[in-house]
Amino acid sequence: MLVKLFTDFMGWIDKRLPVTDAWNKHLAQYPAPKNFNFWYFFGSLAMLVLVNQILTGIWLTMNYEPSNEGAFASIEYIMRDVDYGWLLRYMHSTGASAFFIVVYMHMMRGLMYGSYQKPRELLWIFGMLIFLVLMAEAFMGYLLPWGNMSYWGAQVIISLFGNVPIIGDDLTLWIRGDYVISGATLNRFFALHVIALPLVLVILVFLHILALHEVGSNNPEGIDIKKPKGSIKPEELSKFEFHKQYTAKYDIVDAIPFHPYYSVKDIMGVAGFLIIFCWVMFFAPEGGGYFMEAPNFEPANGLKTPEHIAPVWYFGPYYTILRVIPHPLLGAIGMFSAIIVLFLLPWFDRGVVKSIKYRSKAHLINLIQFSICFIILGVLGTLPATPVYNMIGVFASFGYFGFFVALWFYSKNEKTKPVPERISG
Amino acid sequence: MKKFILVIFALVPMLVLASGGGVHLDKAGNDLSDKESLKRGFDSYVSYCLGCHQLQYQRYNRTFVDLGISEEDGMAKYLLNGQRPGDHITNAMPAKDAAKWFGSAPPDLTLEARLRSPDWIYTYLRSFYLDSERPFGVNNKVFKDVGMPHVLQGLQGVRGIDEHGNLTPAVGGSMTEEEYDAFARDLSNFMEYVGEPNKLERESMGYWVLGFLFIFFILSYLLKVEYWRDVH
Repeated sequence: MLVKLFTDFMGWIDKRLPVTDAWNKHLAQYPAPKNFNFWYFFGSLAMLVLVNQILTGIWLTMNYEPSNEGAFASIEYIMRDVDYGWLLRYMHSTGASAFFIVVYMHMMRGLMYGSYQKPRELLWIFGMLIFLVLMAEAFMGYLLPWGNMSYWGAQVIISLFGNVPIIGDDLTLWIRGDYVISGATLNRFFALHVIALPLVLVILVFLHILALHEVGSNNPEGIDIKKPKGSIKPEELSKFEFHKQYTAKYDIVDAIPFHPYYSVKDIMGVAGFLIIFCWVMFFAPEGGGYFMEAPNFEPANGLKTPEHIAPVWYFGPYYTILRVIPHPLLGAIGMFSAIIVLFLLPWFDRGVVKSIKYRSKAHLINLIQFSICFIILGVLGTLPATPVYNMIGVFASFGYFGFFVALWFYSKNEKTKPVPERISG
Repeated sequence: MKKFILVIFALVPMLVLASGGGVHLDKAGNDLSDKESLKRGFDSYVSYCLGCHQLQYQRYNRTFVDLGISEEDGMAKYLLNGQRPGDHITNAMPAKDAAKWFGSAPPDLTLEARLRSPDWIYTYLRSFYLDSERPFGVNNKVFKDVGMPHVLQGLQGVRGIDEHGNLTPAVGGSMTEEEYDAFARDLSNFMEYVGEPNKLERESMGYWVLGFLFIFFILSYLLKVEYWRDVH
């Protein structure tokens, strides 16, 4: 009786909106390679953190006051007087750092297995746009507690735009809405942080997934699971049923439906992630001074500079590149270029073999040195600038950009290992 | 490939490398579950600190509840000027005048323990020494050229500084060194509490959440294995 009611209801809906079809196309009959490993958890985890940020953000907004006079006090009001306000706030603040950890891991996965290569260039670009918007979102969110590090961190970053020739001063004035960072700046950052950027972020995530499902998921072997129609013997085809959108054009091998196989696996990933996340959130919400910086426990004060202005850790790599270049305008250009080169990665890499498993030793070494340089740049970004650190920072910056340059040269005629036709195991 | 992952993970602890150096701080050894200590600390705060330093984000009644002081007792003892129990812990000193008197207004200390650390507060309270160059006649080893007098001098007595920069034992106070250290510890303990009143609740909730998640992880693992039988 109930089942029939449900079937009828879905039938009624499906005649008007293809809900069942969308469910099948994107979940229950979406062909995912059967060999996803550890690194493939981070996409769904990024979604989880996004949802966490949006939900906790909504409830924080209910008690937050975006004004010069009230912002700092309203955060303490949330921490002390709002029921479980402290929990919401820590979920949101820990979530911000977790977002970047997860996204950096997700990007690392893309680098390792060549998930940015043809035909996934647009997918990669949507991902990079998400990364860019996420950085803007995090930057603006960090001003909202209106602590002293919020204030001075924003001061440093906004003043970067002042280095633009001719229009620099007007540009910073336009961004701040005032001659200094003030309540006006706080108000607009609040508006952008809670409405404009999250909206853009959600739309980009939607497009990211749509683009992914159009080209199909890559995998640790970098072997395509879509073979030309008719090239595979019927008994070798995947035994599972996939949506006709995929099977009409291709023969699908070595794939399993995303749901239930990867949905249950991702639930396991979520549980593992939450153990670490909650451990930090409940026992070390300040993240050792990296997730919440100590100077942010005093209110914004335009007359009192913190001893050492450090951006939040996730901006560390880019902040270091900015700092080690002695000329302010060139420094800012260097910093933005570090992000732009990532966008262009699919065209820097002229190779055809995707996975690091079948690529040359040169590529392995290059990717390792890139990862090491990235981490060194990140660590340096949180440390005070000393001549020695600056020197290390210069080398690491060369390593960062060198990755792309070297890749462009060796990838053309790279000595790769033979890639198997099929995913084994 | 495995090696590659190992290299990456071996590098992550480098992030921990970066931590603040500076002055040596003595360990306060705080215990937030020691309500008697917190009560003594609160009492000392109200007697010695509140005149200049507000706790403007913390309410009296919240403090009473968390420290185990009944509202009647708390009102009789601490709310002497017509404040209500729900009021924030503030003082009557106008910030403008304070700035004129001291050079800058004495800061609110609600979040001092989070801004500097409980150990810093403990060490700070015990590190005043005579310095005739300073307007109030004292300086502090962990807060150079501090802008306040040594309010607790009557309790601790006065310390000097020798040519190696070490503080000499205090003389002339009403408390012994041990008594004064205990006094400073109670204050530091209270300051840690008031910096984050939910800390104990947070941690105790954390154990339940982690316990639940471990069970959930095992169940989700078993569920995954069960489903994936079809694949292998």
